Amino acid sequence: MDKVTRLASEKGVVIFSKSSCCLCYAVNILFQELGVHPMVYEIDQDPEGKEMEKALMRMGCNAPVPAVFISGQLVGSTNEVMSLHLSGNLIPLLKPYQPFS
Amino acid sequence: MSSPSSQLATLRRMSIYEPFHQISMWGDTFHGDASPNTGSSTIVQVDTRLDNQTEYLSHNSVEPSRSDQEANKPSEKTQRRLAQNREAARKSRLRKKAYVQQLESSRLKLAQLEQELDRARRQGIYTGSTSDGSHFGLSGNINPGITAFEMEYSHWVEEQNRQIYELRNALQKHITDIELRILVENGLNHYNNLFRMKADAAKADVLSLISGMWRTSTERFFQWIGGFRPSELLNILMPQLEPLTEQQLIDVCNLRQSSQQAEDALQQGIDKLQQSLVQIITEEQLSSGIYQSQMVAAAEKLEALESFVNQADHLRQQTMQQMYRVLTTRQAARALLALGEYFHRLRALSSLWAAQHLESA
Repeated sequence: MDKVTRLASEKGVVIFSKSSCCLCYAVNILFQELGVHPMVYEIDQDPEGKEMEKALMRMGCNAPVPAVFISGQLVGSTNEVMSLHLSGNLIPLLKPYQPFS
Repeated sequence: MSSPSSQLATLRRMSIYEPFHQISMWGDTFHGDASPNTGSSTIVQVDTRLDNQTEYLSHNSVEPSRSDQEANKPSEKTQRRLAQNREAARKSRLRKKAYVQQLESSRLKLAQLEQELDRARRQGIYTGSTSDGSHFGLSGNINPGITAFEMEYSHWVEEQNRQIYELRNALQKHITDIELRILVENGLNHYNNLFRMKADAAKADVLSLISGMWRTSTERFFQWIGGFRPSELLNILMPQLEPLTEQQLIDVCNLRQSSQQAEDALQQGIDKLQQSLVQIITEEQLSSGIYQSQMVAAAEKLEALESFVNQADHLRQQTMQQMYRVLTTRQAARALLALGEYFHRLRALSSLWAAQHLESA
């Protein structure tokens, strides 16, 4: 879906979220702890939200939210972000977006 | 009434005793000793020490020039000393006997209760009656998924104890790295099985799972979102793994930092979940109709807890995987052993606590 792809490239780190989703909040907190300020897009507040949900799932996210994009590429949901972080492979991806790291 | 020897044999099989050989509640007098004739062998041990003491005392008494033969006649002071020691040893033996009996009877009581519970639950499942939770007493409404989980978990613990025993033997026997690797991977897989079981249980009834009632009381004390805290795991393991190379130290430190950051994030997510739940429940209701939909909304919110428990387990799993990657096979085996031993002792501590507090007035 164009809209999703477009939004995903708008900023270095983009999280598609829902305003009621506390797990999305947790993922956002993790990025903040790492010195990054992701763009959070609440798809439940978008009239095309349902479409975006379907598009995200088609792209490979098992849970539609949170869906994390870094440098326009889909990284995955909470599982993938956590695995990356524990294996030490998340921070290298975030390097360009960490001010004064 | 079973004899003391079979009681102790049972205790050993139940492995309550073994981890405590390091913890000397009874002082060195009972170190590593679990023979049926505890009384007599203890006397022997104590007297050996006293004999040494006697020699020592005699040599330092008023007549240091006396020969060894004359020193065999103990002085009054020494006799009094000996009597006091005998008395202390006797009291200690009595205390130990009482403790062992208490422990053994609690253990039997527990086994009986577990059997009854199993039977009742199985009957409950056959008759399909889960709505009337009164039979089951202990945890009110029983979800068959949770019941199944609790039974599977007790088998899991038994298998875990067997694996720990095997691992300890293997490390002492210096088997090849290849064989050790198999044991380590079995151990890791065993934990993966637990996480799979927990995922099913979370889907059935996450509140029951997160209550931790399926675990012992001491484990509950340390609980973080339905299980152990990953960064705490690293703290437990670190002293057991030395010496580590510099690179390993760096890797482990990084892993600890990453897991702490991930834990913080999850914890804040759960805090937010709690706040939202409170908001929903305490919203001003204007009529009973709105109250019902409020409750339904609250229950929906609670469902989100399932994904948090899954994420916490995922963190546990990933922490273990990363440690496996960083360590040598032998170190990984020692780590698994240390981890298993730690939880075994926590459970044993819970039994001890129960024994001490079961018959309080």
